[in-house]
Amino acid sequence: MVEINYYIILSAVLFTIGALGVLVRRNALIIFMSIELMLNSANLAMVAFGSVLESFSGQIFVFFVIAVAAAEVAVGLALIVEIFKSKRSIDVDQMNSMKG
Amino acid sequence: MNLDLILFLVLAVVAVATAIGMLLSRNAVYSALFLVLNFITVAVFYLLLGAPFIAMAQVTVYAGAIMVLFLFVIMLLGAESLPKAEVLPWQKPLAVILGFVLIAEAAYLLITRARPLGQIAPPGDAANDPLTLQQLGMSLFQDYLLPFEVTSILLLVAMVGAIVLIRKERRVH
Repeated sequence: MVEINYYIILSAVLFTIGALGVLVRRNALIIFMSIELMLNSANLAMVAFGSVLESFSGQIFVFFVIAVAAAEVAVGLALIVEIFKSKRSIDVDQMNSMKG
Repeated sequence: MNLDLILFLVLAVVAVATAIGMLLSRNAVYSALFLVLNFITVAVFYLLLGAPFIAMAQVTVYAGAIMVLFLFVIMLLGAESLPKAEVLPWQKPLAVILGFVLIAEAAYLLITRARPLGQIAPPGDAANDPLTLQQLGMSLFQDYLLPFEVTSILLLVAMVGAIVLIRKERRVH
């Protein structure tokens, strides 16, 4: 038997590491990976809650989150490739103008 | 200290260590591989929580498809590591301090406020029963039919969007 609090704390820790990645790193790809990590930590909390409540809703929400994450990655990586084509770099410090 | 708790702690250490490895790796390829390991660890957590379907979806979609896409783009762009440049020197320490504030705040609020209470039992035989999967599918296609269909449209739009973004523009004179 594992307390649900442990899962909550693990989820909070993983989320914070993801948030730190977004704040600290300059590589747009790694910032993107950190966002995936944050989504994943939220998924973990949702499945843990669903497991305690003995309901399928948590799992189904996670299923939708995974689908949305896949869509988000497809569009986001296309955007990063486009930015790289115009700027020759994916350093977010270089992306300081809206003009392509 | 029971077996479940030991398993949880070992997996938690692996999950946090791989997440920190992703955060600190200089090379983006190493970051991506650390993240794959993290996703697989989370899939094992899903198995512990009695959600085998989500665990398999996690492995195929996240650790499989999404991370392969990431690795493709990293290698396509040749952007494994960026040249060193410190634009905002106070940003990193501030981010670490704010991160600890966030973790304390999130854990405090999640533990003290309204939430489902209780202990998570190890998954019994029911978790692997096809009947459970059948119930999950019924719930997905009956109670959540509209969100499911909307998700398919979302995936279509994302696919078209990615193609439109990557497509070479033809200049018309």
